[in-house]
Amino acid sequence: MEKELRLMKGNEAVAEAAIRAGADGYFGYPITPQSEILEYLMQANPYTTTGMVVLQAESEVAAINMVYGGAACGKKVMTSSSSPGISLKQEGITYIAGAELPCLIVNVVRGGPGLGTIQPAQSDYFQAVKGGGHGDYHLIVLAPASVQEMADFVDLSFELAFKYRNPVMMLSDGAIGQMMEKVWLSPQKERSKTVPEWATTGKPTTRERNIITSLDLDPNAQESFNKKLIDKYNEIREKEVRFEEFQCEDAEYLFVAYGTSARVCQKAVQLCRAAGIKAGLIRPITLFPFPSKRINELADKMKLILSVEMSAGQMVEDVMLSVNGKVPVYHFGRMGGIVTAPDEVVEFLKSKIIGG
Amino acid sequence: MTEEIIIAGFGGQGVLSMGKIMAYSGVMQDMEVSWMPSYGPEMRGGTANVIVIISSDRISSPIVRNFDTAIILNQQSLDKFENSVKPGGILIYDGNGITRHPERKDITVYRVDAVEEAGRMNSPKTFNMIVLGGFLKIKPIIKLENVIKGLKKSLPERYHNLIPMNEKALERGLEIIRKV
Repeated sequence: MEKELRLMKGNEAVAEAAIRAGADGYFGYPITPQSEILEYLMQANPYTTTGMVVLQAESEVAAINMVYGGAACGKKVMTSSSSPGISLKQEGITYIAGAELPCLIVNVVRGGPGLGTIQPAQSDYFQAVKGGGHGDYHLIVLAPASVQEMADFVDLSFELAFKYRNPVMMLSDGAIGQMMEKVWLSPQKERSKTVPEWATTGKPTTRERNIITSLDLDPNAQESFNKKLIDKYNEIREKEVRFEEFQCEDAEYLFVAYGTSARVCQKAVQLCRAAGIKAGLIRPITLFPFPSKRINELADKMKLILSVEMSAGQMVEDVMLSVNGKVPVYHFGRMGGIVTAPDEVVEFLKSKIIGG
Repeated sequence: MTEEIIIAGFGGQGVLSMGKIMAYSGVMQDMEVSWMPSYGPEMRGGTANVIVIISSDRISSPIVRNFDTAIILNQQSLDKFENSVKPGGILIYDGNGITRHPERKDITVYRVDAVEEAGRMNSPKTFNMIVLGGFLKIKPIIKLENVIKGLKKSLPERYHNLIPMNEKALERGLEIIRKV
């Protein structure tokens, strides 16, 4: 089957890709700038075609717990929201991580803290990558930088989620959610007719009962579970790092940026090159696991590294840990819903080159 | 070839849909396109704008601050974006309701009085297509036939009977745009 070309918003691409990936259920609650996901799914009404359930829950908390339930039954389930809504979902997310269940959570980030603004931002990096909910856990975090990746990463997220029995977050932002680009959509996948052997779908006589829980009152048992999680996260760190490099071969100055900021930095690289500054870009595609090893290698031939992010400086901490003091690392980025402009990035880099 | 365009005017004026038609037309011509709307508080009354980029190469940043072309449909937008046109770039505006006209000398300014013309043609809603026609006269980056195809793609089928009227408006735009 051939791929189909469409012009779509990032949010619509997520929704259509979820149907085509053979998802079993979507549970959401509207919030700008991602309401088109729920809107699109409601209109597409996939229950009549693939059998996918689409439900507007009474709240974000209800939606994430519906995801918890669906995931416990071995189903391919997802939710989406934007920053304040994702905060509300955190209890459910840590339970799902603690119960080792697969699911997809899409965060189309807007400016914060609090209700903040409805405009694009990347200020939920810490929340997505470092925890968000309580306890020692990690999400696998994918950062789409185009409408195409908003579609492609849905299927990839489900694949990773089931492979590692771990929740996956797509960390997008209002700009990618709202903009339209060309997107090649994959053919319709059939919904799975079977569920994994750990799913709690009723106990047959042929096996022991399955238990899904995130509770273990015995400290020794809990600690060995924590160790098991560490092993899983280390395996993910080893096998699932994804990134893209742009004009790094001869670069002396390196931008590190994901999502919308990576697009902005691609343009900044072009502007730098036109001005005779040898700049390059590494774009982390996975934020957890972070491409630390590669950034550390690249640091060897750089004079300076600039982390560009629409936040007060969150990812820059991981960049600094990766670089480990080899070269100076700076952060630059606009906040409050303002998208950093490519020429601002170039001006900032120039000021650091001259200043440094 | 990369053309970075901003279209700005009142909400409800058809700014976003003109951008959408441009983007679809670009797709019909096998180009790369991006369409980045303002969706914030600006949308709720007041001004609306959209950045459309059409390119023969992969598009880097969908958001830029300086534009090859600014298409301006009200005074607030003219005040906001006149200085965002790249030196040597072009600014196209509708003179309707404009009290302070463009002043820059390092860009080329064109005027297309589309609101007036659409009224004369008895089809006020095709005003944005007149503007688009004017733009295509100055920057013929998309073939007219691909614009019609784009129009078909972006309009729901129940409105396809309106396509001939829109086509007429496009052609009228080509005729009436003039250099200032």
